[in-house]
Amino acid sequence: MPKDRKTPDKRGYFGAFGGKFVPETLMCALEALEHELTKALKDGKFLSDLNYYLKYYAGRPTPLYFAKRLTEKLKGAKIYLKREDLAHTGAHKINNTLGQALLAKRMGKSRIIAETGAGQHGVATATVGAMFGFKCDVYMGTEDIKRQSLNVYRMKLMGARVIPVDSGSKTLKDATNEAIRDWVTNVRDTHYILGSVVGPHPYPFMVREFQSVIGKEAREEILRVEKRLPDFLIACVGGGSNSIGLFHPFAKDKKVRFIGVEAAGGGLSSKKHAATLIKGKTGVLHGSKSYLLQDKDGQVSMVHSISAGLDYPGVGPEHSYYKETGRASYVGVSDRDALFGFKLLSECEGIIPALEPSHAVYYASKIAPRLAMNKIIIVNLSGRGDKDIDIVKEHIRFK
Amino acid sequence: MNRINALFKRLKEERKKAFIVYITAGDPNLETTKKLIKELEKNGVDLIELGVPFSDPMADGPTIQRASQRALSGGTSIKSIFEAVHSVRKSVKLPLVFMTYYNPVLSYGPEKFVHDCKTAGVDGVIIPDLPPEEGKALADLSAKQDFSIIFLAAPTSSAKRLKIIAKKSSGFIYYVSLTGVTGERRNLAPDTVSSIRKLKKITKKPVCVGFGISRPSQAQRLSRIADGVIVGSAIINIIERNKGKKDFYKNVNRFTKSFERAVHKR
Repeated sequence: MPKDRKTPDKRGYFGAFGGKFVPETLMCALEALEHELTKALKDGKFLSDLNYYLKYYAGRPTPLYFAKRLTEKLKGAKIYLKREDLAHTGAHKINNTLGQALLAKRMGKSRIIAETGAGQHGVATATVGAMFGFKCDVYMGTEDIKRQSLNVYRMKLMGARVIPVDSGSKTLKDATNEAIRDWVTNVRDTHYILGSVVGPHPYPFMVREFQSVIGKEAREEILRVEKRLPDFLIACVGGGSNSIGLFHPFAKDKKVRFIGVEAAGGGLSSKKHAATLIKGKTGVLHGSKSYLLQDKDGQVSMVHSISAGLDYPGVGPEHSYYKETGRASYVGVSDRDALFGFKLLSECEGIIPALEPSHAVYYASKIAPRLAMNKIIIVNLSGRGDKDIDIVKEHIRFK
Repeated sequence: MNRINALFKRLKEERKKAFIVYITAGDPNLETTKKLIKELEKNGVDLIELGVPFSDPMADGPTIQRASQRALSGGTSIKSIFEAVHSVRKSVKLPLVFMTYYNPVLSYGPEKFVHDCKTAGVDGVIIPDLPPEEGKALADLSAKQDFSIIFLAAPTSSAKRLKIIAKKSSGFIYYVSLTGVTGERRNLAPDTVSSIRKLKKITKKPVCVGFGISRPSQAQRLSRIADGVIVGSAIINIIERNKGKKDFYKNVNRFTKSFERAVHKR
């Protein structure tokens, strides 16, 4: 890894990945957003406003919880959980939507739009929409509307309009296409709150900045409790925002290993997975160059994961950079194993995780027993599992 | 001189404007596409934009999304499109440009893409998700081969950006008439005429206008200011409605002719 090279660079590149691959109509909006973001991140008032909302509205800092029973059961490395499931709205997504909503206010926008897969980002966007008084439209694939109906209802309760997207795979990818089309059309009065570290520059950078609060808190807390840095950080990767948020503040701590867990769905050798970094190759989707699951003609693949939040053929450019430079390693966890992780954490710790971080929980449970007891793992528990109960019911049955 | 530059030179001498039509290659199949290219030329179309379908066309509205989907479902690949163009090139003289997204080009290999375009008889490419900043490498290697990279200008482009676009674009400049995706619109954006005038002041390159043009009267109005008028979704809708029908070519030709007369009217 090049020493402390600034990422992203001025053109929005993380090494060979990133950039701005968007219709010309959006270029001025991206320039304006970048300009405003740069100013805001140096503005004491903006930062203190953001911190205010993070603390009093979203309930930060979230705890770094030592999972004692899980650790004892696995008889290996100590497992800590970064409890993003306890943040307001039930996932880490609120960190980003608060930041972007404050920016949208500064830019004088009257309307916000978002894409959503699992619905957590949609809920977090609807939440700030209600709180700051924006008109709010959320695009969601019809497949996801079916499997995450609780979140659809929550969005509507908060006054957002949920716009069903019935094209392509009817999931997150297609919701993102439709949100971009809306933004191209209404760019003058609308801010697009992208929910992950994907999209054109400055989105991957901006979302990382807003999500880094996860890693900053985790780093401080582990140093306070354990008086040392952790050995492993484990987080699930769909677009990659909760993982980048945890990893980034540890980027210079070379001894801390990063593990991103992708959705292996029905298996990596099947076509039914969403393991972009493991099985994809460089491509351009939704405005940036990054790893992409695609066929030999460059058509984007249909992907699959039991968790709507990981069911995406692309990934944030910084993850591609982490993979190329070896800073992070990426592994796959199947639908079945994710369900195992889901049940394990529920039974062992009384914490029902979302299906997305269940992938990370499972992977931690697999490596912990092979590690010495003085090793430390932090798992990002990026969201809670209420939204997934209907799906899980089909797989885990009780007499 | 390449076919695009020769076309605009000739039209200038004749004091005429270019009538440009977009169709999606492989919609509903490549045999139809080949025949359509010939028919469009016969009916006075000056340049054809041939869409190379992409699974996720983010600058396109529902009409072209559906056309792309029909083409992909029918098994249309970039390779088969090259073959179709190569075979039709023997009998048509008009310039042909591809319109696609960057991922299929990147996946094919930009160098090989430009080379195979030249070999098949494709004169240029329009890539809506490739602004000049990201298109430098492709533009450089195209310049060496006298292959045109047509960049797009938008109503939201700043004066500074318009200059960059005008400088980097070759063949012509594609002015996007509205903030939005492709698709028929009842009305033109109110600032279209003044924006084209502004763009024409800073460049000598031809400026062609597209997006949303759905009636001959709109095409006629725009042809007074721009150097060319591009019709896409409106004709795709005709293709969609008439596919499989006995009068398919007759109906498409009648539609084409109505726009042709509007654009070429003096």
